[in-house]
Amino acid sequence: MIWQLDIILLILVTACAIAAITVRDLLSSAILLGAYSFMMCLLWAEMGAVDVAFTEAAVGAGISTAFFIAAIHQTTRRTKD
Amino acid sequence: MKFFALIAVIVTGLLLIYGTMDMPDWGATDSPPNTHVSPRYIEKSIEETATPNVVTSLLADYRGYDTLGETTVIFTAGIVCILLLRRYR
Amino acid sequence: MINRFENIIIQTISRLLIPPIQLYALYVIAHGHYSPGGGFQGGCILGASFILMVIAYDIKETKRMISEKINTIFISLGVIIYSGIGAVCLILGADYLDYGILNKIFSVSPAKARALGTFGVEIGVGITVMAVMVSIFLNLVSGGEHEEAQE
Repeated sequence: MIWQLDIILLILVTACAIAAITVRDLLSSAILLGAYSFMMCLLWAEMGAVDVAFTEAAVGAGISTAFFIAAIHQTTRRTKD
Repeated sequence: MKFFALIAVIVTGLLLIYGTMDMPDWGATDSPPNTHVSPRYIEKSIEETATPNVVTSLLADYRGYDTLGETTVIFTAGIVCILLLRRYR
Repeated sequence: MINRFENIIIQTISRLLIPPIQLYALYVIAHGHYSPGGGFQGGCILGASFILMVIAYDIKETKRMISEKINTIFISLGVIIYSGIGAVCLILGADYLDYGILNKIFSVSPAKARALGTFGVEIGVGITVMAVMVSIFLNLVSGGEHEEAQE
């Protein structure tokens, strides 16, 4: 475990999470959530939990982003608040 | 109102960070999860299940009921989505 | 996605990419004993290849590959494979999901029989996860109609 890489990844995870809840466009929010999932996957892989990282990359960054976009397609793209 | 919400969030976050001080270190060999059943699984996994990946043998063999329940949850999710969303005309 | 559009770049790249993705998904399921992976991840990747087909082409084209009836059968088939393997162990005289007893059928050592049982279980999980992902995405993207909207 390299602590410099850890710090960089944690900063990126936090930045993606904060950006995903502050941005007003729901489509951008879904894509940012996918980026958050990918950063989380890198963090798991860096900690040695390769199976968890694989699951996070397949489900969090792949399938759930597609589900979010499909759900946004059925509703409005802008948030009210 | 928003100010009190911010205060509540910060206090909860500080409490959670304080709670993680008691957690064992990353990869500590004397932590409770690593002392009771993990060594037995890691030592006997290859000899009992002939599976080099301990995670797979744990998930599908030693904890087979757990994975069966997980599969049933996914099955239920799929059936419920069909029941709620599908519209036949 | 709903409104049908023809884009030669997207369609060609998808046609080139979908078979390697499916092959990789089968590799992830089958090689879960030796490397990271397993039924859940492989099933998700296999479902993602069909989702890519829906996005690049349209729903009708995808339903020609995997029809709704087959897909719904697959959802329950995976759980039936999983619990069926457990029931076979029960019938042969061991506990439920105790794969070591399968060596009476396959004539290998009990440890290898456990590996084979694990493999069968992974296949069941993979089939269920793939079918559920495809079904949920098709229902979500078309609002339950399963056909393209008229422009």
